[in-house]
Amino acid sequence: MTNNEEQPQKVRKTFIQIFVEEVSTSPLTVTVLAIVSALILGGLLVALTSEDVYAAWGESPLAAIRTGLQAAWSTYVALFEGAIGNPARMIAALQSGEADEIRRAFNPFFESLNQATPYIFTGLALALGFRAGLFNIGAEGQLFIGAIFAVAAGIYIKGLPPIIHVPLAFLIGALGGALWGFIPGILKAKTGAHEVINTIMMNYIAFRLSEYLLRGPLQAPGSFVPISASIEESARLWKFFGDPVRFHMGFFIALFMAWVVYWFLFKTRWGFDFRSVGVNPRASRYSGMNIVVVTVLAMSMSGALAGMAGANEVLGVNHNLAVAFSSGYGFDAIALALLGKSHPLGVVLSALLFGALRSGAIQMQVSAGIPIDIISVLQAFILAFIAAPAIIRTIYRLKTPAVYEEGVYARGWGGD
Amino acid sequence: MAPILELKGITKAFPGVLANDSIGLTLEQGEVHALLGENGAGKTTLMNILYGLYQPDAGEIYVRGEKKQMYSPSDAIEVGIGMVHQHFMLVPVFTVTENVMLGDELLRAAGFLDRKAVANRIREISEQYHLEVDPDVYVKDIPVGVQQRVEIIKLLYREADILIMDEPTAVLTPQEVDELFKIMRSLIDQGKSIIFITHKLREVLEFADRITVLRNGKIVGTTTPLECDRSILASMMVGREVDLTVDKETAELGEIILDVEHLKVLDDRDQIAVDGVSFEVHEGEILGVAGVQGNGQTELVAALTGLRSSVEGKITLAGVDITRASPRKITELGSAHIPEDRQQDGLILPFPVEDNLVLNTYYIKPYTKGVVLQADAIRETAVELIENFDIRTPGPQTEVGSLSGGNQQKVIVARELSRPIKFLVAAQPTRGLDVGSIEYIHSQLIKKRDEGTAVLLASTELDEIMQLSDRIAVMYRGKFIAVLSAEQATKEKVGLLMAGVAPEEEHLQSDQLNITEEKVSAYDE
Repeated sequence: MTNNEEQPQKVRKTFIQIFVEEVSTSPLTVTVLAIVSALILGGLLVALTSEDVYAAWGESPLAAIRTGLQAAWSTYVALFEGAIGNPARMIAALQSGEADEIRRAFNPFFESLNQATPYIFTGLALALGFRAGLFNIGAEGQLFIGAIFAVAAGIYIKGLPPIIHVPLAFLIGALGGALWGFIPGILKAKTGAHEVINTIMMNYIAFRLSEYLLRGPLQAPGSFVPISASIEESARLWKFFGDPVRFHMGFFIALFMAWVVYWFLFKTRWGFDFRSVGVNPRASRYSGMNIVVVTVLAMSMSGALAGMAGANEVLGVNHNLAVAFSSGYGFDAIALALLGKSHPLGVVLSALLFGALRSGAIQMQVSAGIPIDIISVLQAFILAFIAAPAIIRTIYRLKTPAVYEEGVYARGWGGD
Repeated sequence: MAPILELKGITKAFPGVLANDSIGLTLEQGEVHALLGENGAGKTTLMNILYGLYQPDAGEIYVRGEKKQMYSPSDAIEVGIGMVHQHFMLVPVFTVTENVMLGDELLRAAGFLDRKAVANRIREISEQYHLEVDPDVYVKDIPVGVQQRVEIIKLLYREADILIMDEPTAVLTPQEVDELFKIMRSLIDQGKSIIFITHKLREVLEFADRITVLRNGKIVGTTTPLECDRSILASMMVGREVDLTVDKETAELGEIILDVEHLKVLDDRDQIAVDGVSFEVHEGEILGVAGVQGNGQTELVAALTGLRSSVEGKITLAGVDITRASPRKITELGSAHIPEDRQQDGLILPFPVEDNLVLNTYYIKPYTKGVVLQADAIRETAVELIENFDIRTPGPQTEVGSLSGGNQQKVIVARELSRPIKFLVAAQPTRGLDVGSIEYIHSQLIKKRDEGTAVLLASTELDEIMQLSDRIAVMYRGKFIAVLSAEQATKEKVGLLMAGVAPEEEHLQSDQLNITEEKVSAYDE
């Protein structure tokens, strides 16, 4: 195509130019810059809401800027210490060699992993759905049902060795989620009822069902609050360290599931079906795929993954079921899967980020006095920038990925 | 007098491609200047530069002798340049009036839209240029040809007098093309000037005043219809001698492969689209199904390939009843399908070329073992097919959506024809393609026929049907109103049949008129 004789004007590029071009057109660059920009804006917000800054403004604008920078800095230091740990303390603990102190010093890091675990499961649930062209807003409800199933299996099945009881309870939780995903899946495939509407409705049913159960059949005997009994010791996910570290097996199960989802989507013929149906159901039908089966299967598998998040929480962290124990893992997962570009690896990375922000936020509130809501604002900034990459491209003067001739119009999907 | 539009030395490079290489072009007042070239020759880039969508790397644009810079389409509109895109830029759920005023809204006091004034202006324009359009209908309810008129009215409403029409005939039926040419003629008569982008030779020779041929981003030459003919233009476009006639031996008929009895199929609106059709296709023959778009060909093909279920009748493929069979079952019986809408049905555009090349076979050995896809086997086949079918792609992993239309179609042809097949359905296999690709796809169809495959070719291009078919069935309102042998068929005869004039009533002109009217009213409902 590039014949030098025919195209004398063709400019030869230096290595550096090519490198800059590659970096500036890579979608990953946008993601990284989105996070950086959100952190900058978040810092600005901290400074603007800090009373010290306004007090310092009375002295001089320079003092106000300095105070503002300090406020932002201390916020992020607290966030970092809450999410990863205090480096000085971690080193000191290692040097002292005291097991208890080491656990305490490293606890923030492990707590972040703990927070990331349900995010990985629900993020995978959403990503799998997106890949098959389905928008599963019902992850939160599926998570609740998964938790109910798992907690019931943990309480009522007795006398099993942990090696059987743990996976059994976990799988029963996944089964509960799968059931909750199957219903909107079959409704969509057979009647065309939109999964967004039906999964939202299924969420309400799940929430109210869990409340009913926790005030009735599942309520711990003798308890006056809506909370279930604790699960059998044999159903608890194995913890790696002593208190206060809550880090448990669930994280590695989540990583394993990420690998399974990756393998399924990209290495098997079923995954090929899912991805094809996700981008072009008409061509998928033409090529002989069964859209009904893919839709039902995708919703069920997505539900199963969300159910695992619920099972993980009750079997690994809480060891019982309480009302509103999830605080939105299933909903945050929508944004998280988008941030991760619906790729299992992206989901894991985004889940780690969200987990770290969530667990760091608590520390930030305690030690820097910054309201925990700033984390929600940060997440919102990140997602806004991801959703609108043009903003980032304009701010940092990145090039848009090359568009070839005819590409502007001919790439359309045609028709209506 | 200075030409109304002059381009000088326009150059534009994209990464890896020099799309326009110092192009010069003049457009005189009141002329139709055709810009001819294969897909990817740089026609659209040039027009996008003129319309302010791209900035040229070098070169100048003069409008009525004055140098102009186009930074955006609004600059182009300002100086009277308007563009009708190949894919219409209309909002389907808006009325014609709303679409016309979109972006240039006329307001009454207090910021309300003045639809009435715009509708009246549309009626005036319609009258002046013989563009029949009802301003109050929704765009989604009108046929493609009328939608195109809405696009033209949009330009006239903005008082454009240089009209760029990008492949305007690609989506039209033969009748609509005639209508369009009448409209263009009336625009020219009233002083407008037109740049007409196309790759269809016949239209250029029929209609253009001057012809400029582009190839690989460069101007090959400018000529007039009087100084050249189809083969000269074709070789200018392609850069080599092109064989426009199709050589083929007489068909050697074998056994019946496809047998269709009293087939009835409904369309999306549950109206009867295929109305009791019976026919058979033999080994080693091409049965051409001619007809104006929308006479049931689409539904017929869909029923034969299992994509649409029939309400009555029976379809037998190689002795097996496939009336209720799934698409996959039919494919496995040795049927191949080149679909009418290649981007919607035939390809998964964001997927790489290699995945699209195994879209029908990915689930069987050697492409899948157990449930695991065999990337190496898929790659190997892809590389081989890319080579054998001359698919121009940077590599097997390139997204198929980034290829040109001709190469996208080659991906489908490679996939469908590389399998051992007994029956092939080709629906509009060359729609929107350039000369080189058409030549190639035609030769592949003939080759399959000669190997003994039964071929059903559904096409609205009369030339294509005439060149390739051994027998020609003319479909009109869901029925085969005639089946002719290739020797019996003349272009005139088939053309009349396509318009619904049965052989014995050819003289009844009025009949034909009634039919066209009915068709129009059918769209209006």
